Amino acid sequence: MPISNLIIIGSGPAGFTAAIYASRAELKPLLFTGTEPGGQLTTTSEVENYPGFEDGIQGSELMQKFRKQAERFGTEVVDAKIDKVDFSSQPLKVVSQEKEYQARSVIIATGASAMWLGLESENRLKGKGVSACATCDGFFFKNKDVVVIGGGDVALEDSASLTKFANSVKIIHRRDCLRASRIMQERAQSNPKIEFIWNTEVVEVLGENSVEGILVKNNKTNKESKIKCEGVFVAIGHKPNTEIFKGQIDLDKKGYIVPKEQTKTNINGVFIAGDVSDFKYRQAVTAAGMGCAAAIDVEKYLEDQEPAQEQTKNKNC
Amino acid sequence: MSEITFTDQNFTKEVEEDKGIVLVDFWAPWCGPCQQQGPIIEELAKEVEDSKIGKLNVDENQATASKYGVMSIPTIIIFKEGKPEEQLVGVHQKDDLKEKLKAFAK
Repeated sequence: MPISNLIIIGSGPAGFTAAIYASRAELKPLLFTGTEPGGQLTTTSEVENYPGFEDGIQGSELMQKFRKQAERFGTEVVDAKIDKVDFSSQPLKVVSQEKEYQARSVIIATGASAMWLGLESENRLKGKGVSACATCDGFFFKNKDVVVIGGGDVALEDSASLTKFANSVKIIHRRDCLRASRIMQERAQSNPKIEFIWNTEVVEVLGENSVEGILVKNNKTNKESKIKCEGVFVAIGHKPNTEIFKGQIDLDKKGYIVPKEQTKTNINGVFIAGDVSDFKYRQAVTAAGMGCAAAIDVEKYLEDQEPAQEQTKNKNC
Repeated sequence: MSEITFTDQNFTKEVEEDKGIVLVDFWAPWCGPCQQQGPIIEELAKEVEDSKIGKLNVDENQATASKYGVMSIPTIIIFKEGKPEEQLVGVHQKDDLKEKLKAFAK
């Protein structure tokens, strides 16, 4: 198997933007999409803040455009996930479906995934009323009562989209205020179908074969109570997808990859872009920006690795 | 084989009365992950000869979706001799699905 110049792991805005830049620089990158091709944007509805789309664009449509643009310049896209990496020596190695791929450089753009509550009852009832994608599954809850767990932008956006179908939407939040942006808060608070339940945590999802309600606890009074509902939408935040990099690269306490210098990591030839190391901005446009930066850094890195005589050729220009 | 479009009208004949293995991808046009699953199902259908593979649009065929308790999409159900044997929620890669089909064929 030939050694690739660059392997990109991840297919969100960061991964595909890196691919667009790297393929235009004729690096012929190989991109692995992972288990959520297109990334987090594919589970949102309309994206209203990506510049250039003044009327908004569907998240999944935007990601298809990213992919086509990357493929147009020669990115080879593999619809598979990486199971293992070995960054201990050059060339860098990644393993997918028991096949080893080698590369001179790697951009990690594996992003972050929605978190679950971690309850057995939640796991058992996934697809039977428990969901993490309101835009996908809201349709199944026409005239039904649903709850949304969380207090960030995603929770409020999910709630707003669920009001199109559901009879009522209760937002269960463990604090007494919201992290969400002002515009989202105002929209939610003025929606008559949405009700907030503060200082409350989910103890259990109730129901045998489908969701019948949730058992909750008020964390100020410790009082438990039941809320009847047929749908439970979980929107409690994200965790970085860095399982396969443990022990290979520097991670912080929460599992985010620690950048050493801009997009560089502590491993030579390994670069990062997007939510896998960014817990602050977490936007499509910032991820895309980092993807671009990582590709430019890779190009420079590979040039510096070229044998000396190659470099002297260009000395005069 | 090319993929089949399942509907409320043809589901009994094409799936429930089928004596072999049938894979049904429940999807809808507004669902982002379904747009990722769709092309995978198309390729799978082209590559697999001995099982029937196709899609059912839940928006247009609500009776079948509700009969099988589909409340999240994409959902893939694998039927054997007309009975639902396995229900998979979320996007699944082609090779995973091939493995599952192989296991049921045994």
